[in-house]
Formats: sequence, C-alpha cells, structure tokens
Amino acid sequence: MSEHSIYKPQTAFMRWMERRLPIAGLVYSSFVVYPTPRNLNYWWTFGGILTFMLGVQMITGIVLAMHYTPHVDLAFNSVESIMRDVNYGWLLRYLHANGAAFFFVAVYAHIMRGMYYGSYKEPREVLWILGVILFLLMVVTGFMGYVLPWGQMSFWAATVITNLFSAIPGVGDPIVTWLWGGYAVGNPTLNRFYSLHYLLPFVIVGVVVLHIWALHMVGQNNPTGVEPKTEKDTVAFTPYATAKDAFFIGVFCLFYAWFVFYIPNYLGHSDNYIPANPGQTPTHIVPEWYYLPFYAILRAIPSKLLGVIALLGSIVLLAFLPWLDTSRVRSANYRPLYRQFLIVFFLVVVGLGYLGSQPPEGGYVIAARILTAYYFIFLLIILPLLGLFEKTKPLPNSISESVLREGLPAGASAPPPSGAKV
Amino acid sequence: MNARRSIALALAFAAFLPVLGTRIAAAQEQEIPPKLHWSFAGPFGLYDTEQLQRGFKVYREVCSTCHSLKLLAFRNLADPGGPSFTEAQTAAIAASFQVTDGPNDKGEMFQRPGKLADRFPLPFPNDQAARAALGGALPPDMSVLAKARSVERGFPWFIFDAFTQYQEDGPDYIHAILNGYEDPPPAGFTLPPGAQYNKYFPGHAIGMPKPLSDGQVEYTDGTPATVDQYGRDVSAFLMWAAEPTLDARKRLGFQVFVFLIVLTGLLYFTKKRIWHKVKHHPELLEPRPPTEYRS
Repeated sequence: MSEHSIYKPQTAFMRWMERRLPIAGLVYSSFVVYPTPRNLNYWWTFGGILTFMLGVQMITGIVLAMHYTPHVDLAFNSVESIMRDVNYGWLLRYLHANGAAFFFVAVYAHIMRGMYYGSYKEPREVLWILGVILFLLMVVTGFMGYVLPWGQMSFWAATVITNLFSAIPGVGDPIVTWLWGGYAVGNPTLNRFYSLHYLLPFVIVGVVVLHIWALHMVGQNNPTGVEPKTEKDTVAFTPYATAKDAFFIGVFCLFYAWFVFYIPNYLGHSDNYIPANPGQTPTHIVPEWYYLPFYAILRAIPSKLLGVIALLGSIVLLAFLPWLDTSRVRSANYRPLYRQFLIVFFLVVVGLGYLGSQPPEGGYVIAARILTAYYFIFLLIILPLLGLFEKTKPLPNSISESVLREGLPAGASAPPPSGAKV
Repeated sequence: MNARRSIALALAFAAFLPVLGTRIAAAQEQEIPPKLHWSFAGPFGLYDTEQLQRGFKVYREVCSTCHSLKLLAFRNLADPGGPSFTEAQTAAIAASFQVTDGPNDKGEMFQRPGKLADRFPLPFPNDQAARAALGGALPPDMSVLAKARSVERGFPWFIFDAFTQYQEDGPDYIHAILNGYEDPPPAGFTLPPGAQYNKYFPGHAIGMPKPLSDGQVEYTDGTPATVDQYGRDVSAFLMWAAEPTLDARKRLGFQVFVFLIVLTGLLYFTKKRIWHKVKHHPELLEPRPPTEYRS
C-alpha cells in the first residue's frame, strides 16, 4: 500500500543519503503521502495524541529521574525536594503525574473508538492485539510509577496488587516473595519498580512502532467501516491528517493544562502525601482512577482467585474481540443493536469505575456484581450472538458516496442516508 | 429496539439503586467542614502575604511546640510567593532558633543559632520521644499536611469540583479541626481516656488538646485575635508550606492558557483552510498518483 509514492530527493545530500539510508523516503511514504480516509472524525486523532503524551511522559520522566532517589527512607522527601528545590520541579512532577492520567484518558478514547467502529476486524486483528498489549504495558508502567513517591497509597497499592499473585494455587506465596525481593514490600520492591518504570516506556515505544507498522500495512478504518476504493475516498496524511491532529492535540492540551496548573492534585489521593507507613493501613485503599473499573471487577467476585482471573480476563478478553464479534459489518453506525449494547457497555465501565472508588460493602457490592456480569455477558454472549441475528443497515458503496450524501441539503432527492449518523 | 434500549437502561439504573441508598446513609454520619473563602482559591488566587506572616506567627508560637516542619528551611520564609519576610527578618527568625550542628573537631554535636540554609528544627528528637512526652499521640509533620488531609466530596460534587477548581479542602479541614472542639462532648458519646471531642475529626476522638483560644497569639495589625482567625491564618500558612510554588504555578498557568488558546485557534483555522477544498470543492483538488487499494 505504500508503493504508491516515490520520494524524489531534492538536494545532492539527500540523494546521497537516500541511496545509503532511505529514511527520508520512509517518512515521506508513511507520514506525508500516506493515504488516509477522508471521512475520519476527531475520534481518530487520539492515536496522535497518545504518541504526543508518550513523548511528554518520557521527557518529563527522564528529568524527574535525575532528581529522584529510589530508597524507602529518601523517596518521599526526594519527591518533595523536586517540588520545592528543583527549578520548575513542581511543573515537571505535575506534568508527569497528570500526564499519566491524560495518557489513560486518550487510550480509553482510542479503545472506545476502536470498539465503536469495529476497527479490530479483519484485516486489523494484529494491529488490535498490539494495542491491547500496549494498554497492558501502560497499566503496569503506570502502577509502578504510582508506587515511586512512596506515600501511603503508593505503599498499600503495591501491597494489595502484588498480593494478588498469592491467589495462584501452590506457587502463589513464593511468587509474591520473589516479586517483593523480601517478605514484605520494601526497599528491593521500590528499587525494582523504579528500574522497570524506567525500562517499560522503551518497550512501549517498541510496540508502538509495531502498532504503527501494522496500521500502515492495513490502512486506517473509518466511520463507515467500508475500505477506501479509489483516490476519491482518501486524502494525503500531510497536510490533512497532520493539521487535524495538531488542532486536536491543542484542544487536548487545554484540558491537560487545566489540571496541571489549576487542580494538580484533583486526580490524586491526599493519603499519598503521607509518607508510607507499613504499620498503618489507610481506611480505604483506592487505586488511581484509571484502574477503578478493573478494581471493582476484582472486588465484585467473592473468591480471590476467581477475582484475579476476572480482573485479568476483563483485559485479555479484549484481545479476542476480532473473534468474539461475529458480525461482518464493522461500524456501529450500521449496527443498531450493537450500538445500543455497546453504549450500555461503556456506561457500565464508567459505573464500575465509580463503584471501584467506594468501599466494598452493602449496595456497592451488589451493584458491582450486576455491572461485572454485564461486562462479561456483553463480551462472551451478546457479541457472538449479535453477529448472527442482528439486521444491519445497508452500507454505502464507498466512503466518498457516504460523504456526498451527508453533504446534501435536507429534502434533496437522494437515496436514504444510511451512512448518516443516527 | 426501543424496548430493548429501555430494558438495558432500566437494568443499569437498577444496578445503581442500592448505591444511592448507601450513599445517603453514609452522608448522614459525616460532618462536612464549612467551605471558607481563601485568597489562593481559583485560577487567579494567590497567597495573601500578610496572612502567611500571621499564620507563621501562630505556627511558631503554638503548633511548633509539638509539630515539626521538617521539609522547610528558614530561607523559604523569604521566598517570593510565600510569607516574603525580608532577608534580614528571616535571618533574625533563623537566629532565634537553636539548631544542632556537628560533629565538631572534637567529634561532638553542638547547638548554634540557626542560619538561612538550616531546616526548621524538630520539636522532638524522634517519634518515640514525641509519643513518650505526649501520652502516646504522635503529632504529624506539618510540611505537606494541608495536602495530606481532604474532605470526602462524594458524587456528584467531585465532578463539579473539577470545573470550580475546588482544591482547598485541606485548609478547610484544618480550620474546621481547630474550631471543632466541644467540651463537654455531646450526650451519649464516651471519650477514650486522654482524648478530646472534635466534631470534624474522623471518629471524633482526637489526641490533640484544644490548641488555640481567643487572644492567645498577639496580632499587631488589628486583625481580630480569635480562634477562627488563627485557624484561617495558620491553615493558609500550612497550605503555603505544602504548596510553596502555587503563585508561580497559577501565573505560569495563565500564560500557558493564553498561549494554548491562541495556538489552538490558529491551528483550527489552518485545519479549516486546508480541508476547505476537500469538503466543498473536491473537483478542484489536484489528482494524486494512483494507489493500490485492498478490494
């Protein structure tokens, strides 16, 4: 698909370079003339936003690492010294802490877009699976980063989450001891979390390269779910997608800056400003907001082992979406039933997030169980069956046809606007 | 189809009914500290220098007897965006504290007057000494206390807070604690030995005796010498101690917002112009080299 354009070096140096390392040609074919569907909406800008946020996290993180001390007696105060004594240290730290949150905002929007428009379907299965792997890597990296300030929530979140491995029958306890590097969460745990927190972003960069490579093999999906067929269906990546991405990165940064500069501690937990104390358990141990839906699923199941399996399953199942969803139609715009069940699914995940932040007692548990049941019923039963029974709307013949229909004034004599948004 | 949607929504709502019940029950037990007006609230709110100086006086004369402020150095008192004492005033404050230095040439630790670079000295040599002196209670360090305390906001208030920028629950709580003592405790409440009743403290039994009373700290600028005012001033001071860069953050935030709004606006019009032909005059587009598409 990238054979369509030939990069023509303009200068003697670039001609010399192109015969030895054709990197300019690669950039040209991948990010300049690369054809992108002309009907993409703003939900398609989150890929660019995620790349931008990964860059922000790595740059701020590398500078923070120059000032941070990974030791149980010094970590908390070294973070406070970044806030007080390092030039613009407060800015770096708030950018990084809120950056993690906004990284997850973007990744959830990106996943929702993929689910709504069926972006995981043939031939994009590998692209989707790489995405689920990236999400898992983000979850692990974010969790380890949260432990580094070594406040009360850091310590107890590390204790609770590593303890999940003790649910594995037989070898659970030895595994937990191995993870901790001791018989409790302590200095070895903090050291290895710091090491991995620095390492994993580079692994993420590697998988992002694969993710983009896979994307450029199969091309982008689009709101109709109909593949581009002619030049009329696409526009060049630059300037069209670049301009659109740049604008929406600006909008995204406005939200991000609102949190960084005006409510930097809104998303955090006040207990994390209390230094870690292994002798005192906080009243409620709560993870960061972006893990709350999965935390609610974990606690909804009475058995620890089954809870851990459900927690893992809730993410791993997403990798199997290309096969769980049996419908041949991609976009939810043409799948009236799927669209409704999917919107309920999104609401259920938000609801689980709220329940994850509440104490596991009384009505909260019952509600969490009902919502957890829907989460799995949707993925395991509703999705496979819908593809067999759902009556889908007629698809447009091409992207350009659906775009032209949308542009027609009301009342014009045209075929029914099956491509229009409901 | 619509029936199915209604069923799905009804199920989602039914799942939340038990939650609402619990929420109301929980809200009745908790005493919510009153929301006060703070000079440092909102996008343009900055610290009130005079209030921070009064707050420091209260901390020094009352709180510092038991509570450390170990992350702060005397020099911080002269920092811009803080109490902003002059360097001479700050040096005098530092010199009025005795700090431990050493070891000297003989290998002994010694006491000397504080200097600008010294951290605030600890009221007790260690936690055990503090507990021993205070009947088992350990007074928390006050360096980040204003950010380490919060008020449970609950749904839907926590959503509004993101828009109204309510970040002052820490100082609200500290002020409420200082004004929440009730002696004798309400009928039917049995206090554990050595504890005091405080309306706003979780569980109500607080180890700290009522620290402030009217007229205890002398104000020379005509500010009322009341517990309420002491509470406001010392809470503001502790917020500064916990977040000394708040002024710089909000000033830079405003500049960043002006920049981002202009940039995003320009990017919007750029995008609009670039896409104009595609959206409205596709016939004017230059033909592109053919691409092989998947069927």
